[in-house]
Amino acid sequence: MSKNSPTPGQEDELQLTSTLKRAVTRSLPLWISSLQPAELLPTVILWAVATVVTGALLWLLSDVFWHGTGQISWEFLTTSPSNAGRDGGIAPIVVSTSLIVGVCMAVSVPLGLGTAVLLAEFASNSSGLGQLVRLSLDVLAGVPSIVFGLFGNAFFCKTLGLGFSILSGGLTLACMVLPILIRSTQEGFRAVPEDYRRCAAALGISRTAILWELLLPAAMPGVTVGLLLGLGRALSETAALIFTSGYVDRMPESLFDSGRALSIHIYDLAMNVSGGEPHAYATALVLVGFLVLINGTTSWLAERFRQSKIFVL
Amino acid sequence: MTKPITREQDLASLTGNNPLSMKAERLSLFYGNKSAFKDVSLEIKSGGITALIGPSGCGKTSFLTCLNRLAELTPSCKVSGRILLGNRDVQALNVISLRRQVGMLFQKPNPFPLSIFRNIEFPLREHGVRSREEIDRIVEDVLRNVGLWDEVKNRLKAPALSLSGGQQQRLCLARALALKPEVLLMDEPCSALDPISSAVVEDLITSLHGKYTVLVVTHNLAQARRIADEVALFWVADETGQLIESGPVAQVFESPQHAVTAAYINGRRG
Ligand SMILES: Nc1ncnc2c1ncn2[C@@H]1O[C@H](COP(=O)(O)OP(=O)(O)OP(=O)(O)O)[C@@H](O)[C@H]1O
Ligand SMILES: [Mg+2]
Repeated sequence: MSKNSPTPGQEDELQLTSTLKRAVTRSLPLWISSLQPAELLPTVILWAVATVVTGALLWLLSDVFWHGTGQISWEFLTTSPSNAGRDGGIAPIVVSTSLIVGVCMAVSVPLGLGTAVLLAEFASNSSGLGQLVRLSLDVLAGVPSIVFGLFGNAFFCKTLGLGFSILSGGLTLACMVLPILIRSTQEGFRAVPEDYRRCAAALGISRTAILWELLLPAAMPGVTVGLLLGLGRALSETAALIFTSGYVDRMPESLFDSGRALSIHIYDLAMNVSGGEPHAYATALVLVGFLVLINGTTSWLAERFRQSKIFVL
Repeated sequence: MTKPITREQDLASLTGNNPLSMKAERLSLFYGNKSAFKDVSLEIKSGGITALIGPSGCGKTSFLTCLNRLAELTPSCKVSGRILLGNRDVQALNVISLRRQVGMLFQKPNPFPLSIFRNIEFPLREHGVRSREEIDRIVEDVLRNVGLWDEVKNRLKAPALSLSGGQQQRLCLARALALKPEVLLMDEPCSALDPISSAVVEDLITSLHGKYTVLVVTHNLAQARRIADEVALFWVADETGQLIESGPVAQVFESPQHAVTAAYINGRRG
């Protein structure tokens, strides 16, 4: 307290403020009340921003859940659509989507990893080729999906003669996913300390072994992020698929059959079919579940691979 | 466990199997257009400990990286001159086998993010040692050599990065020793360690005497004097590193030939 003893009036006031302070302090969570005043405002702002962002997402998800859950049943997942999708289920669509994503991943993962390894470990940063490839990838990553759709239609469907097929759709998606996958994998490689490379080289370990035993596991977080972003983009794609894998909602018999993806089904039910809303919601819920499932599995597999090789950095 | 600790090495010293020496002849190194050091001729004597001293930036690390051709990893780096391992030009050797014979210890302890065991096993396997028993035996041998065995024998599967700095550096030394090198290059191996760990590593280096040809960079003159047989002083002159003086420790420290050496070892410069 101050040096001069306070006058009676001041004393009351002091007591009042300290009671007030105690009351406020007690009602707030401990960590907020322990903040300095200067930290309070930024903290509140940050939390507000975070709440808005998560709130929007939660609203969206709960909307889908709210409208979709009632429609979902075993039958919905295992029967074919009828009456333009208003009745029946989505079995062929789930199968087509899985096949498209499967083709996309089977093509893009090995190609993407290979290119990223080449760019990060074997092409020097300043080399012309390396820079050209990097620049093209960044441009490609920003190209609208409809452009990929038109390209896929012209190249895979027409030039290569694959027609409207799951194969065409998967390959088109692979083209879209590759830039994202390559760039984030490359960042993953770059995050690995240079020390490991030098030290391993000094022990006479070959580049291949360094790559496989140390760099790839250490770059795994980057690879996973790229894979998940890419998968997310692939699964939610409509524009690129309408022109390539097509519209047909029958059960596909081979990769050369046309097949309808989940996102296209949602689009169709919501836009073109009156009374299709309930099933559009249900399909959206399935799509969300699909994404969660794939993301979970991918992260788990990547983590397993990393742990089988190295410890956390 | 009463079996002999270092059978091969005892055997090697009995049969008088001396490690190879190394020799640099008129060696120069450029980073792009900038010369790091120039015209260095130095012999690193078989089985001896040679200390490389000199102020910061005079090219000691760069010199070391030429000897195991690690400099080739730096794209801008150009080396001229000749380096001999024994009597063979290192450029004529397979780089993998050169680096097996010429081990290196870095300033910062840098075990791989693997288990303690895997840190030694991984390079061994890469160099063709496949049998489980042999790997187990070598791992135990080298860990005993660096005095780490009793500290880690119950947690060989634990991450190497969970060891203390001093233990990590000893593990790195064990990892290098596992490949049975002829020459060991050490770049300020104690400078990132506390005094006690530093003393432990220093004693280890002394214990390598006669079994390996050792070249150690150090900023610690007292340490150079304690552990080395030969000492070489690098200095920056004409904007590039140069070898000013080299010779037996006693000679360089007691009666330096060069005024710069005298000033440096008396702590007046550098
Ligand atoms: N990768 C590199 N690219 C360009 N220049 C470099 C590189 N590495 C070192 N140099 C330069 O070469 C010179 C010698 O460096 P070096 O690291 O060999 O010195 P040092 O004697 O080991 O120094 P210190 O005692 O500080 O470790 C310095 O001028 C440094 O700036
Ligand atoms: Mg150095």
